[in-house]
Amino acid sequence: MPIRTAYTAQIEYLQILDENGQFDEKLGKDLLAPEEVVFLYQHMVTCRALDQIAFKLQRSGRMGTYPQNKGQEAAAIGSGYAAKKGVDFLVPCYRENAALFLHGLPMHYVLLHWMGDERGNKIPEGVQQLPLCIPIGTQMLHATGIAWAFKMRKEPRVAITYFGDGATSEGDFHEAMNFASTFQVPCVFFCQNNQWAISVPRETQTASETIAQKAIAYGMPSIQVDGNDLFAVFKASREAIERARGGGGPSLIEAVTYRLGDHTTADDARRYRDAQELEMWQGKDPMIRLRKYLVDRGLWDDEKEAAHQEKSKAIVQEVVKAAEGIEKPSIDDIFDFTYATLPAELEAQKRTLRTSSLGQDPEQAGLQGEAQRA
Amino acid sequence: MANLTLVQAITLALQQEMEKDERVVLLGEDVGLNGGVFRVTEGLQKRFGPDRVIDTPLSESGIMGTAIGLAMAGMRSIPEIQFEGFLGPAYDQLVNHAARYRSRTRGAVTVPMTVRVPVGGGIHAPELHSDSPEAIYAHSPGIKVVMPCTPRDAKGLLISAIRDPDPVIFFEPKRVYRSFREEVPEDEYTIPIGQAKVVNEGTDLTVVTWGATVFQCLEAMDNLPEDVSIELVDLRTIYPLDVDTVVQSVQKTGRCVVVHEAPKTAGMGAEISALIQEHCFLHLKAPVQRVTGFDTMMPYYKLELDYLPDAKKIGESVMQTLAY
Repeated sequence: MPIRTAYTAQIEYLQILDENGQFDEKLGKDLLAPEEVVFLYQHMVTCRALDQIAFKLQRSGRMGTYPQNKGQEAAAIGSGYAAKKGVDFLVPCYRENAALFLHGLPMHYVLLHWMGDERGNKIPEGVQQLPLCIPIGTQMLHATGIAWAFKMRKEPRVAITYFGDGATSEGDFHEAMNFASTFQVPCVFFCQNNQWAISVPRETQTASETIAQKAIAYGMPSIQVDGNDLFAVFKASREAIERARGGGGPSLIEAVTYRLGDHTTADDARRYRDAQELEMWQGKDPMIRLRKYLVDRGLWDDEKEAAHQEKSKAIVQEVVKAAEGIEKPSIDDIFDFTYATLPAELEAQKRTLRTSSLGQDPEQAGLQGEAQRA
Repeated sequence: MANLTLVQAITLALQQEMEKDERVVLLGEDVGLNGGVFRVTEGLQKRFGPDRVIDTPLSESGIMGTAIGLAMAGMRSIPEIQFEGFLGPAYDQLVNHAARYRSRTRGAVTVPMTVRVPVGGGIHAPELHSDSPEAIYAHSPGIKVVMPCTPRDAKGLLISAIRDPDPVIFFEPKRVYRSFREEVPEDEYTIPIGQAKVVNEGTDLTVVTWGATVFQCLEAMDNLPEDVSIELVDLRTIYPLDVDTVVQSVQKTGRCVVVHEAPKTAGMGAEISALIQEHCFLHLKAPVQRVTGFDTMMPYYKLELDYLPDAKKIGESVMQTLAY
């Protein structure tokens, strides 16, 4: 028997707007109307402003650890905009704030989350998304299950889940991809390959040439796109989302981007990252090329830029005010939201939380006096 | 009424809840065509179809994680983990996600999921098929932990678990899956989660236990002198613990022996002993005794009966506590 080829595959790379602002008219034809591009650019600028103020809030001691989103806005916005607001369901990690805001999450929720307040996760009714997910890669299984429920109920809805290059080393990534494809659920796996998982470079995560090719093993369509190109991200995402909606099953999108900031405010990327590499990627910033695209077409100018920067500043100030203006939560909350109804032991602990005899009736513990003081 | 084994009572509960509520779906390894390795889901795929009784890939974290997603999106998912020893890969999903969602979203996202897991030793099974990890999950806020040991209790508690708005681990003691039959009402009924059962009323000493060891305790009681009056409490639910039933009993008897298969250190026996000293200190006539598994690995099956609490050890502990 001769040796024959059992399987072959290839991975496509899509770029429409390159780092110099060169636009592929053929690939980008009728993709986004001019007013849509203006709107998305404005959103990008506002999100960048919020990201910067969040960084400053941490540095000035007004907020806890924060992971900057800087540089990855095109990936978040292009994919988020391709999903239907109020219909499709977003399952994030923590570096796609711009997508969450597009789908209706009030901006101050993200600040509240990083200010150590669970109310930042209390997604308002009608907003179709889960809160940020801190452990790596676990949320992809939730997205798969949510998409599975949509399929079971024959609802024309899609779940889209975000994760980084590091997450592709986690077992849950593979289990989620495998389940999603085996059961053909309408889920889009969106990898923001930002080259770094804290200090570990993409090459140390996997010996695969691309992240996108990992989908081949699961019988799933995939594509690699320039993640700093809004148009490429939007086009690939829309195709994957509409394929899923039409019953075509899940897809994997690898958006090649770069984390322009540190991993979080608790990290210092200079310890492990080349200044030259950072500089090279700063030149590929999604905002620079999108602005150039708009200016070249007469859709944007310095005056509009200045006006929108001012507007963003005002928006962000209001967001910070909303996050800082909220009263400290009550310790009662941690009891009241552990279960739907309070079990007797938790009820007793709540009642006695300020005493030294947790959960006990004070007279049983011989602490009558203390109970009176409390 | 039907005369059913524990397995049959669980199957009946699943069937009735699936008939009643189309949101209920079962998923796990071999649960469909094969009816599960213990045949608990036998016939259900035929009745409800492969979209509601789902054979999944061999992937515990995958089963648990997607079951969480299903539940968050409005389904009532019932994942099966084939043996308690395989909960390990699903632990992260269960404890770090299912348990936490209600709290971390302040009620915006909830996970009404019932995780079915065969538990415990005594059936000559291979490694990691005989453990008793209930204390680990009782120690994890946000999860309820149930372990019935009779067909009637199992049916009523499983229906409660499926309808519960929070994640429940439903441990099924495999040693008594088919060891006896009991009259079980054919109509649906519920037994509330969090209520212990006084199996036998008595005045001299309280034995607190749950799962398959209830039957070792009954055997021990049969061998005690006739004038010894034991109150036997089957917790049925491990968390939330029915403190009132235990406390009322020990306040009456003044003596208590706690029996469980799991290792002694930081087992539920430790928690129950602490609760008794908190609530019954002035009523106690003897220190609380624990008859438990050892702080060792559950051995392979040649030695499993040397590991598990048996009627002899339980009887001796009762007599020593009475003589204190």
